[in-house]
Amino acid sequence: MTSMMGHLSLSHFLVVGGLLFCFGLMTVLTRRNAVAMLMGIELILNGANVNLVAFNHYVAGGLSGQIFALFVIVLAAAEAAVGLAIILAIYQMIRNIDTANIASLRH
Amino acid sequence: MEHAVQQLAPLAVTPAGFLWLIPLFPLLGAVINTTCGWWLQRKFGKPVIHIIAVGAMVLSFAVGCVAFAKMLGLPGEERFLQNTLWTVLTAGPVHVDLAFALDPLGMMMVLVVTGIGTLIHIFSIGYMAEDPAYWRFFAYLNLFIFSMLLLVMGDNFVIMFFGWEGVGLCSYLLIAFWYTDPAKAAAGMKAFVVNRFGDFGFILGLFLLFWGLGGVWHELPTGKLSYQPNVPGQQLRIFSGEPATNSAEAEHRETIIEIGPTLNFRQLRDQVVIQATGVADRLLHQKLFGFGLLAMVGILLFVGAMGKSAQLPLSVWLPDAMAGPTPVSALIHAATMVTAGVYMVARLNFIFALSPTAMGWVALIGALTALFGASIGFFQYDIKKVLAYSTVSQLGFMFIGVGVGAYWAGAYHLLTHAFFKAALFLGSGSVILACHHEQDMRKMGGLGKLMPVTRKTYLWACIAIAGFPIASGFYSKDEILWKAFSQQHMSLLGMPAAWLGPLIYCVGIIVATGTAFYMFRSYYMTFTGEYRGGHGHEDGHGHGTTPKESPLSITSVLVVLASGAVLASLLGLPAIWTNRPPILEYFLEPSLPATVHFTEHPHWMEWLFQLIGVSAGAVGWLFARALYRDGKSPVPARLLARWKRAWTVVYNKYYLDEIYGATVVRGSLLFARILSWIDSRLVDGVVNLAGEVTRLFANLDGAIDKYIVDGAVNLVADCTIGAGRGLRRVQTGRIQTYLYGALAGALVVVLLNFLIK
Repeated sequence: MTSMMGHLSLSHFLVVGGLLFCFGLMTVLTRRNAVAMLMGIELILNGANVNLVAFNHYVAGGLSGQIFALFVIVLAAAEAAVGLAIILAIYQMIRNIDTANIASLRH
Repeated sequence: MEHAVQQLAPLAVTPAGFLWLIPLFPLLGAVINTTCGWWLQRKFGKPVIHIIAVGAMVLSFAVGCVAFAKMLGLPGEERFLQNTLWTVLTAGPVHVDLAFALDPLGMMMVLVVTGIGTLIHIFSIGYMAEDPAYWRFFAYLNLFIFSMLLLVMGDNFVIMFFGWEGVGLCSYLLIAFWYTDPAKAAAGMKAFVVNRFGDFGFILGLFLLFWGLGGVWHELPTGKLSYQPNVPGQQLRIFSGEPATNSAEAEHRETIIEIGPTLNFRQLRDQVVIQATGVADRLLHQKLFGFGLLAMVGILLFVGAMGKSAQLPLSVWLPDAMAGPTPVSALIHAATMVTAGVYMVARLNFIFALSPTAMGWVALIGALTALFGASIGFFQYDIKKVLAYSTVSQLGFMFIGVGVGAYWAGAYHLLTHAFFKAALFLGSGSVILACHHEQDMRKMGGLGKLMPVTRKTYLWACIAIAGFPIASGFYSKDEILWKAFSQQHMSLLGMPAAWLGPLIYCVGIIVATGTAFYMFRSYYMTFTGEYRGGHGHEDGHGHGTTPKESPLSITSVLVVLASGAVLASLLGLPAIWTNRPPILEYFLEPSLPATVHFTEHPHWMEWLFQLIGVSAGAVGWLFARALYRDGKSPVPARLLARWKRAWTVVYNKYYLDEIYGATVVRGSLLFARILSWIDSRLVDGVVNLAGEVTRLFANLDGAIDKYIVDGAVNLVADCTIGAGRGLRRVQTGRIQTYLYGALAGALVVVLLNFLIK
């Protein structure tokens, strides 16, 4: 494990985290499907989690980064639940989950 | 000093706690009859009304008699009954009590007012029997008596003035008693307004006197005069009688005289009369605008008397006042109210005696009025007008008396006049009633046979007024004229005029002749010859067609008054007949402290003058008898045709009313019109201008509000709306757009982060 870890540096983790964040951001910005957007948000959060855990391991030590990541996962679950419930409600109302159509709050 | 006031002690006051009852009863009667008279009259009939009114008068007269008895029991110098109820007001040196006082002069007046007042009330029962406003008449009469008693009994000027105005009011109410007739209502107003002129003078005189007592003029270095008030509350201690043996006795005899401005008659009298106070000297030397203060005070006070007692030129109201019911003419406009001026001058004798100018003025106006009244009386046909002018003339006589300093004689003439003039008026009232309210003597005649009691009483009253020694008028008139002749110290406008007294005497004799003439003229025209009246108006309210004698309530009063007119002569039998002063003079002496010096004349002259007086009356009587007896003589008509123009002037009262109309009335109207013009043009103009300016400012203010303040507010609102419109574009509702925004923001932050580093 140690040998494996030997050639894995912080930068690798940061690159993976950055890629995850960018994929997530792209997804959120480009997809109009609300569910896909939710999935993009999950990617962004997980990108952040990778960073947290990596910084904890290489820089800070201890457990605070890991616990922070756990909180984010819990929050992401809750957010996904609430988000999906809203999307479901919207779908029941307008039979569609395209965000371009969900502009009726604008006035 | 010629007219100095002799050294006298201060008045000793005798408390008499019941004096307030005298005016109380008439007041109660007036209040009852005013408030529920109409109800009483409807419910119980007219007798209740006159029982209340006459009862009040009788009670009042009875209390007056008790006071009289009490006064007679006192030694002369203590005859000053006083009764203070409560303090009305205190303000600086002014201290006014509701207090009544009776000295012999006031006592005489109270007895005259209540006594003759009672008789006239009784007379009114018969005279007013058919009037529906019976209760109102008696309420007014009682109110009048109340006011008159306040005037007479008031212990100070304020109470007196209250009564003075009260009698004026009652006079107005009673003259205009039959107010539905515009002429009668106008007569009432005329009396009231003319009296206001007099009251104005009276109150000015009062202020001047009050002020004069309080301070002195000082000459400043610049030559101007400056008024400096004295220290108030000065006191002078006076010991009466012989020097005291011990201090306790001294304290007992000590009297303190307050010196300073006062409204109280007794305090005024004490400080003016007692020379040790120096007040009299101070008053004598005080000057106001170069005139003697006392002369001005006297003249102004007399202006008040001129109004109330109908002296020239304020005499015009009295003849018109005859519009009132005849008992009113007798009570108010002959016996009592019109003598208030005489009473006031006699009451303030110590002030008037100090100023020869004021005396001369009073006496001269009195003489002129006597002449004026008598000459008009010659030619009147209305029996009440004759009596009215006779009253004006006799009041002139009284003022001659009090003017020349014969105060008791003036008061005596007041007393005798009250009797005989009341008898004459009530006699005329009896005649008028019998002739169905006809007052024109040309339509009377021959009533002597039909109305024997009225005729006899009228005749005796004529004898009294004409000045025959068998009745009272002679004694009072003769005393006045004799004193006028002996008075040579009066002055006119500040110049000594020794001739004024004798001149007034001559005028008086002429007037006395005239008086006898016109009184007997009225007697002969009314009671002798054939009845010239028609057969009455057939309005069917109980009058017979020919006159008949009046009821007992009228004739009995006439008899009492005529007897009084005769018996009153006992009070004033001249000193040269009995070798002692007349009873009334002796009685009134404590009230009249002023000593006026008269020239001494031998006794034969006084006898001679009495003879002249009687002859004057006799001449007048004989002329009247020759011209008017039985209405047969053609001479009056011929004389009338011959002297038509002179007759017209005199018959129209020398056009005095017209002169007043042209000057005072038209002047007042012109003045009112000018004021009205000023009011409608100038005052209203200024007011409207102020209104316009205000409106202009309001408009300006409104514009500022509308365009600037509201503009700023709207601008803020418009900006907000514009900003909202602009910014709402950002809110697209597309979530991607927001995310782009957020990303851009994040990038900018990152960029900034790099740039700043």
